[in-house]
Amino acid sequence: MRFDGELAEIRFGCGLSPLHAPAAGPERLLADLQAPDHAAQTWSIPGFDAALADARAYSAARRARKAAAGSPDFEMRDRDLKHQRAQMRDHQADWFVRRLLRCVTTPHGFRERLALFWADHFTAQGKIAALRYAATPYVETSIRPHIAARFEDLLIAAVTSPLMLHYLDQHRSTGPNSRRAKRVAQRQGRVVGLNENLAREVLELHTLGVGGPYTQQDVRQLAELFTGMIYDTTEGFKFAPGWAEPGAETLLGKRYDAEVTGLAAIKQALRDLARHPATADHLAHKLAVHFTRDTPDPALVAHLAARYRATSGDLTQVYAALLEHPAAWQPDLENVKPPFAYLASACRALALPAAALTGLSRAQVNRFFLRPMQRMGQRWEVSNGPDGWPEGDATWITPQALAERLRWCMSVPTQVMVQGAGPLPAPLQLLRSALGGRETAQLRFVATAAETEREAIGLILASPAFQRR
Amino acid sequence: MTKTPRHGFTGPSRPSGLTRRGFLARSGLIGCSLAASPLLTPVSFAAAPWDSRLVVIILRGGMDAIDVVQPYGDPAYAGLRSSLRGGPQNGGLDLDGYFSLHPGLAPLMPLWRAEQLGFIHAVSTPYRDKRSHFDGQDLLEAGTPGLHQRRDGWLNRLLQITPGVEARTAFAIGQGEMKLLQGAAPVSDWSPDAEMALSPQAERLAGLMMEQDPLFHAALAEALDLADSAPMDADGAGSAEATGSMGQAKARSRPHQRIASYAAQQLRGDSRIAAFSINGWDTHNRQTGALTRALGRLSDTILTLYRDLGPGIWDKTAVVAMTEFGRTVRENGTSGTDHGTGGAMVLAGGAIRGGRVHGLWPGLEEAALFDRRDLMPTGDVRAHMGWIMRGMIGTDAQQIADVVFPGVELGADPGVLRR
Repeated sequence: MRFDGELAEIRFGCGLSPLHAPAAGPERLLADLQAPDHAAQTWSIPGFDAALADARAYSAARRARKAAAGSPDFEMRDRDLKHQRAQMRDHQADWFVRRLLRCVTTPHGFRERLALFWADHFTAQGKIAALRYAATPYVETSIRPHIAARFEDLLIAAVTSPLMLHYLDQHRSTGPNSRRAKRVAQRQGRVVGLNENLAREVLELHTLGVGGPYTQQDVRQLAELFTGMIYDTTEGFKFAPGWAEPGAETLLGKRYDAEVTGLAAIKQALRDLARHPATADHLAHKLAVHFTRDTPDPALVAHLAARYRATSGDLTQVYAALLEHPAAWQPDLENVKPPFAYLASACRALALPAAALTGLSRAQVNRFFLRPMQRMGQRWEVSNGPDGWPEGDATWITPQALAERLRWCMSVPTQVMVQGAGPLPAPLQLLRSALGGRETAQLRFVATAAETEREAIGLILASPAFQRR
Repeated sequence: MTKTPRHGFTGPSRPSGLTRRGFLARSGLIGCSLAASPLLTPVSFAAAPWDSRLVVIILRGGMDAIDVVQPYGDPAYAGLRSSLRGGPQNGGLDLDGYFSLHPGLAPLMPLWRAEQLGFIHAVSTPYRDKRSHFDGQDLLEAGTPGLHQRRDGWLNRLLQITPGVEARTAFAIGQGEMKLLQGAAPVSDWSPDAEMALSPQAERLAGLMMEQDPLFHAALAEALDLADSAPMDADGAGSAEATGSMGQAKARSRPHQRIASYAAQQLRGDSRIAAFSINGWDTHNRQTGALTRALGRLSDTILTLYRDLGPGIWDKTAVVAMTEFGRTVRENGTSGTDHGTGGAMVLAGGAIRGGRVHGLWPGLEEAALFDRRDLMPTGDVRAHMGWIMRGMIGTDAQQIADVVFPGVELGADPGVLRR
């Protein structure tokens, strides 16, 4: 393997920056993961408790408005609710800018990439207004601290997050023979029971993979085992034994006695799933696709899976296996940057000062980033499903998505810099900071043949060489 | 920031001999493929290869057929659903004395009465047992007997065997991926929400820069071509000058209506096939609200097509909506339903023999269910689609069974088209 610092920043980091020298070697990339999380400290985002606080305030405001229906207080209560909603939208815009700035300013781009990768692997979104903007605090609490731990710790953190329980309907799933099911039947004459959504996605998406060695019966058993995991907006995650299906469940041939051990049995099942050989294969393939190309070198996948199995899913060791393999350093750039990574790497290459981004109003964040990202096919925090964003290059470079990328890079950098009141770099200077040793005579020509500086900058950022990694 | 006008470029690294003026003058010579692309050459359309119109809508997420076309006449129905119990006594709109329609599709009742709306019940793809959305959709769009047998989609393979097809013949519309149209035959894709404003010079430079990268080159060429022909309202047309060649209508309606409207506009012209998707059918929890909203989007979409195609074209149109699988016949513990097998297709258009529920109803007795939990599929989505293509486009039945849906058992014509 030949280490290439610029390639490391492009392929494994957030792109080149005129403000940071490229990484010195693979050991450095790995060591940086163990260092204190400076990016998270500088651009801090509150944890999931803040999302729960927002959800409580929202629900209270909505209840108050409902109670005031028809009374003279109604208008005031209605204003309170709108104010609360606006505040939550402000939070979302602020948190978006902070996540963007982490990618724009960090010397440790690999950490940001891994945080995005695992957040996507464990996609969770709020489905009700009270939790609509909870995805970023969820990532902050349940994903980011565990990206260099064992996979089982990450899995347990994600699966027991209130947002995941909410997103995949687990917080209502009740054991058909549980105390709660009997009570509800008796007092309300209503039947409550299982919902297999989370159990299915844990097997299919989070661990074994869709081709994995499990059956519908395993889905059902895991759904029964999962009963009891709920949350409320005051305390967050809770294990409620009264909701749990009594008796043992058998998952992939192994018995878990939830009645005796409750949450401990669920965690054991998750650890066993995390250590399953099929999980190693599934995650190895996903990592290889994400960091190299749509159809990865089978030798690379096998190498990652072997390291995963040998270390019981120690993620840092798996990353080491990735960085030591020659297939990871193939010099041609293959993968297309998804919209968020693309915009972040453009801001990074332009060395946009933080003040230009922190000074944006919510409306400007929407206009400059969130709406363009949606038109590029990536609506922020709203993917099509629990499988997260697609990896295929052709998904992102459709005619309409490319049209939007062109529109964005021709217009938004200039507008943001007007906000930040600084000059944009000269086109040839940008070419150097954006592409490093990958700049070509043709790109230099394009950069100088454009009719305006704005278009020259846009064209550099629109070049396939910059849009791939 | 002060703007310095830049009329000439004096940077030291300009390739010798290439100036902007020289480039513009010789742009036709710089790259043959660039000059040959729609980027610089207007495309002309041959006469359309056939005259009927086909709209395929993928309902992503697994539509609960039993709640959409409610078998209230089935004796086992009432025992399987509590909060999701339909039938005329619970707000369902009676269709034929046995099935009733979910009230979310009430706006389509005039089409039902005009026999231009119909359903095929208890159908599925060959996908069984695992019930993953993603595999289910892949198989629905690949149209093969099993997973990962073909990389292209069945609608694209139809185009591959149909003479006279051009890129504009078929459209994938919207921002989602439409695998059923991917493959070797040329198709267009566009989202009415996309917009772009490039000067002619920037267009050419972007083309030059992307020429060596097939993915970017193809997407750019199509984007420029489509943006030129994008629909404009009165304001949009007026501002086209000001925003370069890419002026576009300001969209006012909701996304699915804009997509339907754009599809109708293309189908009024040279296009014959349009495909897009409507999401939001994955109703694990509190199904009533979610399904009502999704059905509202579907009925808006169909009515927009009806209105914008106009009677002349609507009469020769078949709208076919299909989903990757149905849902469990029993309601789950959270007033929703989990992933199942047998589902339904929704048909609309003047070419459809509507006003009836097609298909063979298997019954909901436990022994009649698939895996004792799902609606038993008695028909293959692919066979029905095959017969629709046979009737609409005249595709040879053998080719349908060999190429479009390899290995499908077409069986006898189920007669869902008006003759």
